[in-house]
Amino acid sequence: MASLFQRRRNKATQVERVRERRHEGFLRYAGFRWAKISGGLCLLVIISYALIDVTPRHNGGSWYGYTLGTIGAALILWLTALGYRKRKMTSDHWSLKAWTSAHVYLGLGLIVVGTWHTGFQLGWNVHTLAWALMMLVILSGLYGVIVYATLPQALSNNREQMTQMQMLEAIRAFDRQLHTAAQPLTPEDTAPVLAALDEDPFAGGVVARLSGRYPDCATAAALRTLTLSRSSDSEAREKVVGLLRQKEAALARLRQHLRIRGLLEIWLYVHVPLTFALIAALSAHIISVFFYW
Amino acid sequence: MSEPVKVAIIGSGPAGLSAASRAGQLGLSHVLLEKTDHLSDTIFKYQKGKRVLATPERLDLRSDCRFAEGAREYILGNWDEDAANNKVHVAYHADVVEVTGAKGAFAIKTGKGDVFHAENIVLAIGTQGNPNRMRCEGADLPHIIYQVDDPEDFKDRHITVVGSGDAGIENALGVAEEALENTVTILNRSKDFARAKAKNVSDMMEAGENGLMSIRTETQPKKVETGWLTLETPDGDERIPCDVIVARLGSVAPRGFVESMGIEFTGPDREAFPKLSPTFESTVPGIFVIGALAGYPLIKHCMNQGYDVVEFINGNTGLTPADEKDLAAIFAGLPQKKSVSEWLEYLRTRVSIFADVSPLQMREFMLDSKVVFYRKGEVVFEKGEPGSSLFAIADGFAEVEVSPDFTVPIEQGSIFGEVGLISGRKRGATIRAGADGIFVEVSRTAALKLMASVPGAKRAINRISLERQLLQIFKGGLTVEDLGPVVDTAEVERVPAGKVVLTEGEQGDDVYVIRSGSMVVEKDIGGKPIFLRYLPAGSFFGEMGVLSGQPRNATVKAAVGSEVIKLTGESFRKMLAARPQVREATEAAVAERAQMNSFIESRKATYSSAVDLYSDTASFIMKEGLGEATDALLIDENLCVGCDNCEKACADSHEGLSRLDREAGKTFAHLHVPTSCRHCEHPHCMADCPPNVIHRGPDGEVFMEPGCIGCGNCMRNCPYGVIRMEAAPPQKPSLLRWLLTGFGPGPGEPSPKWTKKQLGDKKPKKIAVKCDMCKGISGGPACVRACPTGAAIRVSPEEFLSIARLDEDTD
Ligand SMILES: Cc1cc2nc3c(=O)[nH]c(=O)nc-3n(C[C@H](O)[C@H](O)[C@H](O)COP(=O)(O)OP(=O)(O)OC[C@H]3O[C@@H](n4cnc5c(N)ncnc54)[C@H](O)[C@@H]3O)c2cc1C
Ligand code: HEM
Ligand code: SF4
Ligand code: SF4
Ligand code: SF4
Repeated sequence: MASLFQRRRNKATQVERVRERRHEGFLRYAGFRWAKISGGLCLLVIISYALIDVTPRHNGGSWYGYTLGTIGAALILWLTALGYRKRKMTSDHWSLKAWTSAHVYLGLGLIVVGTWHTGFQLGWNVHTLAWALMMLVILSGLYGVIVYATLPQALSNNREQMTQMQMLEAIRAFDRQLHTAAQPLTPEDTAPVLAALDEDPFAGGVVARLSGRYPDCATAAALRTLTLSRSSDSEAREKVVGLLRQKEAALARLRQHLRIRGLLEIWLYVHVPLTFALIAALSAHIISVFFYW
Repeated sequence: MSEPVKVAIIGSGPAGLSAASRAGQLGLSHVLLEKTDHLSDTIFKYQKGKRVLATPERLDLRSDCRFAEGAREYILGNWDEDAANNKVHVAYHADVVEVTGAKGAFAIKTGKGDVFHAENIVLAIGTQGNPNRMRCEGADLPHIIYQVDDPEDFKDRHITVVGSGDAGIENALGVAEEALENTVTILNRSKDFARAKAKNVSDMMEAGENGLMSIRTETQPKKVETGWLTLETPDGDERIPCDVIVARLGSVAPRGFVESMGIEFTGPDREAFPKLSPTFESTVPGIFVIGALAGYPLIKHCMNQGYDVVEFINGNTGLTPADEKDLAAIFAGLPQKKSVSEWLEYLRTRVSIFADVSPLQMREFMLDSKVVFYRKGEVVFEKGEPGSSLFAIADGFAEVEVSPDFTVPIEQGSIFGEVGLISGRKRGATIRAGADGIFVEVSRTAALKLMASVPGAKRAINRISLERQLLQIFKGGLTVEDLGPVVDTAEVERVPAGKVVLTEGEQGDDVYVIRSGSMVVEKDIGGKPIFLRYLPAGSFFGEMGVLSGQPRNATVKAAVGSEVIKLTGESFRKMLAARPQVREATEAAVAERAQMNSFIESRKATYSSAVDLYSDTASFIMKEGLGEATDALLIDENLCVGCDNCEKACADSHEGLSRLDREAGKTFAHLHVPTSCRHCEHPHCMADCPPNVIHRGPDGEVFMEPGCIGCGNCMRNCPYGVIRMEAAPPQKPSLLRWLLTGFGPGPGEPSPKWTKKQLGDKKPKKIAVKCDMCKGISGGPACVRACPTGAAIRVSPEEFLSIARLDEDTD
């Protein structure tokens, strides 16, 4: 009971809690705040690049190049920190949405900061490797933003309020019914049905999952065989065919679900490892600059 | 026929056993009558290995039996020993069915026909009641059971569950768990499942569709044989294999039995208890009532009362109750010094709603209350604060701040804060102490108990709250006297969710005020009901009829279970006639509403599909129970990428358990309502928590303070299925360690497998776990903070409808 009354005591000490109430996606967060900031930064870089006269010519080794390089390296480290921020639930106020928003726009801004840092001097060396890796990370990030913006609706439409567990459960339920319904069939009709029962809905590998095409699907094969077959009692066969159709529909839903989830995730398996490669190349780049320039 | 005893104790739960033990220790002649073949049936029936908790901690145990937190088996074992050591005379299989006679010579008859004679009776039969038995042929066979202790006890069996209330469905779902490989059938006598919660019904239907159980409606058992059950179905009889029958046919509450002895209850409500004196004596002299039946569900209370009541019967009137020191602590901070009983008497005589309260009840209410001394001008609560407790003025007076420079006094003896109590809405005005004085703050639970058990208090509170509500709605110089006739003819009506209160096109001039819950207003446009407005508690409707005399121009129905106050059109018209300003104000409100209606009607023609979508989304939101929510988590599936970072953040911000299930729940037009607490205005979960640990916190959150005993009542009472009974998993290795070495389960709730491996043979206590809106975390709700795309939003009712438009906010 005591806590009911703590309100009065706590009044003075109670921390003003921040409530995140606005309904807006990460791209338009705070009225495109980070897009504006990043755009401003890029503009500043491009204009100053044109105005500032560096002798003999713009390159990474000039004072101007160092400035851009430092900003770029700092940005890369900060962009990497998103992976940590996302998982570290500290109790102070921050919003991952704001972080993502800033990440996306500042990450894009890095195209200008990084490229202008090079002074457009690219070649076959560790420096350009770092630049290329950076561009790849950014490109993969761009893909990520595009799928984040376009696929969620499809994911939502496809699942029709079902959870992934329920989709699996539905398939298992058809399997159980198929098992019973297939009893009266002749051995040659039973074999494909049994193969369909043994099928693992998750099997098929990355390509099948991302394309949504499963050419070796045992359920589809069983359906083909049984619709053509004339061997078993037709009533029993029709029942099995009906169940196979339902199972196929349930499988299609699950596969579509896995496909969209796969598309929403797969790029992170490029984005994150390349980030680490980038940091390695960046370190090599910086070390070589200071020791061997 | 047996020797007459000084005291017969009926029921051997903690209360009865403790009473019999005291009698044994005092050497009083006694008998302990128990209907089963073991002591303490309620606790005997807890799940195996359940930890029994000894709350409230501050209360000392005063009993001849031992009791401290421990496993069920350990406690029951101790009690068996204690009963023997205290020389308790137990009569098992003594199901008392009738009590006759009077003090000094009671005759107690059992089901077997034995008769016991006693001078006094202590009634300690708890509140479990008797389960209704099966009545068809073969109903006495031993494979019919009336409860399921542990679904895992049943493997690979044919199980038929009879009865499709919540208990039956939950049992059926439990044994239908796929891994157990049981063949489960559930029978329902009628066509639909009206008695069960929607969540349970949908879980069951789903299990049915998935082939986990077969659901048979309009079917009843006809004949039970070992291994077989004959069913009476609409298509004739059918015989199915059946090894176990679980009969969940409800139970008969013990109230009827208790009343048959002549014992009076405090009122007709379900919450009412027997009327008792300070020594637990009921209205029948010589019959004493203690324990859960007397309204004290905690084991420690039960045991203390068992001790006390036998001391009282033995003539020890000087005994101070065990809660004396807790009460003394409540009064300790006050400027005057009085003894506990003086204080109780002081409050009882000075506060009108306590007038009819018995000294025993007074002690109990005070334990759930706080008595505070305020200096003149000190703020009691502020406008807009959440709060559902009731205040009574014992000394001094209070000032309601209507506007910064206008206050209204509330006199000594009266109450305030009743709006929060009844509607669950935030405080409507700031209140200060008008002079140095003493205010009593009664918790919502205690206040509701007070209203249920003291009819006078209920009437007083209801009347005051209605008067004030009307004054607030119809400003313009109304006085309490003007309202007299309106309030006298007012009636409170309960409206279940979805029920129509006003129908468009019908004649009528009654005016309604929403006391609790909320309503939706719909209008038939082009043959389709179009959502016009959401009316929260405290609003009124039906006034257009009185003013214009025209038929109702819209349909009003309850969004959630609500209470409305019906004011007769006639009395309302008289009031308007007496106070022309009120008429003006009301007409202004009417004009505004009419304008809104015609606006939507005109939009309908041009933007038909947009209005339809808005209307459908709004109805969906109402259907999902958000009409009674104060703060709910919604997910915009136009933005949600399914990363489940919200769940992980929730688990990592609490003891490793997520309080939300993102994927589960309903979706409409990409607006998803995940399974997560809505922090209801009137939390259903609070209804029946034995240690009373569920409260509303300063930010409006409904949370559990430590002390949950794991009884699962709240989980069953929550209609939205958001409470889990779960034990906190062990500490995970740190995040950095996981990131660098991959050691440990990573962010979020660890998998059951990992937890099991860490725990080995240990079985920690499962307690209720639900969203506490990240109470005490200064950054605010973690789920929302951790969403990378902004799909997760927390909204309050005022915002639901803008959400229904489904656009992202733009500046
Ligand atoms: C699942 C669950 C978990 C709980 N956990 C806790 C906890 O951890 N800590 C806690 O403090 N409280 C807990 N409670 C509450 C507590 O168990 C009960 O409130 C308490 O047992 C009530 O004690 P009692 O003596 O009044 O009645 P009961 O314990 O209900 O005992 C009544 C006895 O009377 C017998 N009886 C009934 N009718 C008759 C009759 N006509 N003739 C003869 N005998 C009769 C019954 O068989 C029974 O043995 C829990 C309750 C539940 C349901
Ligand atoms: C060199 C530049 C960049 C680096 C080093 C970088 C690094 C990272 C890292 C480490 C993560 C965390 C992944 C995880 O832990 O799940 C991440 C996530 C992400 N990045 Fe980048 N990134 C860069 C540029 C970009 C750009 C340019 C975009 C978009 C145009 C982008 C879009 C994203 C998105 C959408 C996420 C996912 C956020 C989430 O789901 O939590 N990134 N990035
Ligand atoms: S737990 Fe359930 S009943 Fe309780 S406040 Fe939350 S949603 Fe409402
Ligand atoms: S399980 Fe729920 S009702 Fe039971 S003690 Fe815990 S919080 Fe209270
Ligand atoms: S508000 Fe906090 S406790 Fe509630 S669901 Fe969100 S993260 Fe969990």
